[in-house]
Amino acid sequence: MRAVRWTWAAAVFAAAIVLPLCWAVLASVTPEDRLFTITSFVPRGLVLEHYRALFSGRDFWTPIRNSLIVAGATTILSVALGAVSAYALARLAFRGKTPALAFVLAVSMFPQISIVSPLFLLLRELHLLNTYGGLVLPYLTFSMPLAIWLLVGFFRQLPVDLEDAAMVDGASRIRTLWEIVLPLSRPALATTAILTFLYSWNEFLFALSFTLGPERYTVPVAIALFRGQYQVPWGEILAGAVVATTPVAVIVFVAQRRIIAGLTSGAVKG
Amino acid sequence: MATIRLQDVSKVYPNGHTAVRQLTLDVENGELLVLVGPSGCGKSTVLRLIAGLETPSSGSILIGGRDVTREPPQRRDVAMVFQSYALYPHKTVRENLAFALRVQRVDPVDIDARVKKTAAALGIDTLLDRKPGQLSGGQRQRTALGRAIIREPQAFLLDEPLSNLDPVLRLGTRTELALLHRRLNATTIYVTHDQEEAMTLGTRVAVMRQGIVEQLAAPLEVFRRPANVFVASFVGAPAMNLWPATVERTPDSIRIVSPVCTVDVNSPDITRVKGGPVTFGIRPHEIDLVSEDEADGNGRAEIVEPIGPVTVVHLHVDGLSDQLVRAVVSVDTPVHVNERVHFRLRRDRVHLFDADTGAALGP
Repeated sequence: MRAVRWTWAAAVFAAAIVLPLCWAVLASVTPEDRLFTITSFVPRGLVLEHYRALFSGRDFWTPIRNSLIVAGATTILSVALGAVSAYALARLAFRGKTPALAFVLAVSMFPQISIVSPLFLLLRELHLLNTYGGLVLPYLTFSMPLAIWLLVGFFRQLPVDLEDAAMVDGASRIRTLWEIVLPLSRPALATTAILTFLYSWNEFLFALSFTLGPERYTVPVAIALFRGQYQVPWGEILAGAVVATTPVAVIVFVAQRRIIAGLTSGAVKG
Repeated sequence: MATIRLQDVSKVYPNGHTAVRQLTLDVENGELLVLVGPSGCGKSTVLRLIAGLETPSSGSILIGGRDVTREPPQRRDVAMVFQSYALYPHKTVRENLAFALRVQRVDPVDIDARVKKTAAALGIDTLLDRKPGQLSGGQRQRTALGRAIIREPQAFLLDEPLSNLDPVLRLGTRTELALLHRRLNATTIYVTHDQEEAMTLGTRVAVMRQGIVEQLAAPLEVFRRPANVFVASFVGAPAMNLWPATVERTPDSIRIVSPVCTVDVNSPDITRVKGGPVTFGIRPHEIDLVSEDEADGNGRAEIVEPIGPVTVVHLHVDGLSDQLVRAVVSVDTPVHVNERVHFRLRRDRVHLFDADTGAALGP
């Protein structure tokens, strides 16, 4: 009886999430003039005009490229720097380790909107407005804490004996990290990379504030700015949304086992 | 190969726990020294101190005459076999063996030859392309051993290398380890909590308790002349019988009066023992079951344990309420539970310890 009730609750929840998504996909292949009729849910003849408009009418490749560069660079940097920092915090003995870890977490607690203006001024001084660096640097402020906390948790539950053995075998700390710890941490590194990528790919506020022209817009910003003064091209917006979501959805579907394993690793001894 | 010297080494952990106290230890070239003791006695810490995985709070450590107290593990040139084996799970047996040599930038052709030679010597040459997860316990143990041997280090440090093996395999591997040590003639420090391993493998045995070496001597010496009550009760199985007694001196012999029995001992070993309260000790196999007229005392058989080659009889003796007297008898001696048996102690195998300090009394 209870199980049945939960199943229903889960179904309703899933529907609430999946329905708008399906609607967006359907609408993106529905002709513009039928978009607002009540029967738009029943597809009658699929059209690809919105997609064609997206890539030939507008230059949607540029925002995709921008997003890939920014999210990719953020991911690579935060995993690389995060791994080194996390290893130090997990294994080396030094004064102020716990405060450092707490500080890292505290930094990520600031509401984004509260640091947009100071960051804008800062980036302007550094001449980083409207550059890839001007997005990657702020993105690191929220992706590094995530990376560090995920990886510290994972590194701590690796058996210390392995690292001791490597050091007795003559390997330096860095070599031990590179040859022993990181290969064993692949699930955690993958999880960190995927979460960081998702976050950076979808980020909107910073991207909107720190880019000044279409040549640097990321996908979310570009889609948001499709809207003209007199009309909202819903078909193209939804087509853009589908294009933006598809690669991310594919990554998550392929890697979901890893993400869950990475997030819960260290929770129980296994 | 090299000597290892620990000089007044202490290790106090940040939480205040003292793992090793003022330890001075000399390991000779080619010797196999066994550190044995109950868990928490500091024996593994001594090994980690020598490996450089822990830094001593005071004192110095010398390997081959070189002071390595402040050197990191990478620069000590010792090899360690961990209790968990600590094989790199993502590397094959070949890569596990080759790792240390690769770190040392040994020529790849040379590495390959040494891997083959070591693997052949340990009988793991057919497993080189497997990963540790695909190996049995014994094969993992050999791989861990191979990873140490291949380096030809100054010294080997073995931390309970047999404790994760099942009993049959453990005995076989123990023999192989003894052979291996004889062949390599390598300075080795071997940590175990199993006193039988310690006795069979060690050139010398150091019995440790609470961070202190209670006795350091050849295995049989430790067995025959335990330095104190702790060593006496820790070494030997079944454990030595120990009970309180009083010594009465006569000019040329001593009389030991205890609740169990009263015996006169006239051996040159204990002629210098003074009168007074003592702890009296005798090993279970130095107690013989005899007829009533020859007996020192008698007891009721409480538990009879036939363990194969011999039978252990636990006797309840009147006057000794808080413990049973253990005697080892031949399997052919018929003893039944609740039967009253008479026993005699071998006079020349009696141990006496100071009642307060527990130190052995004697020469």
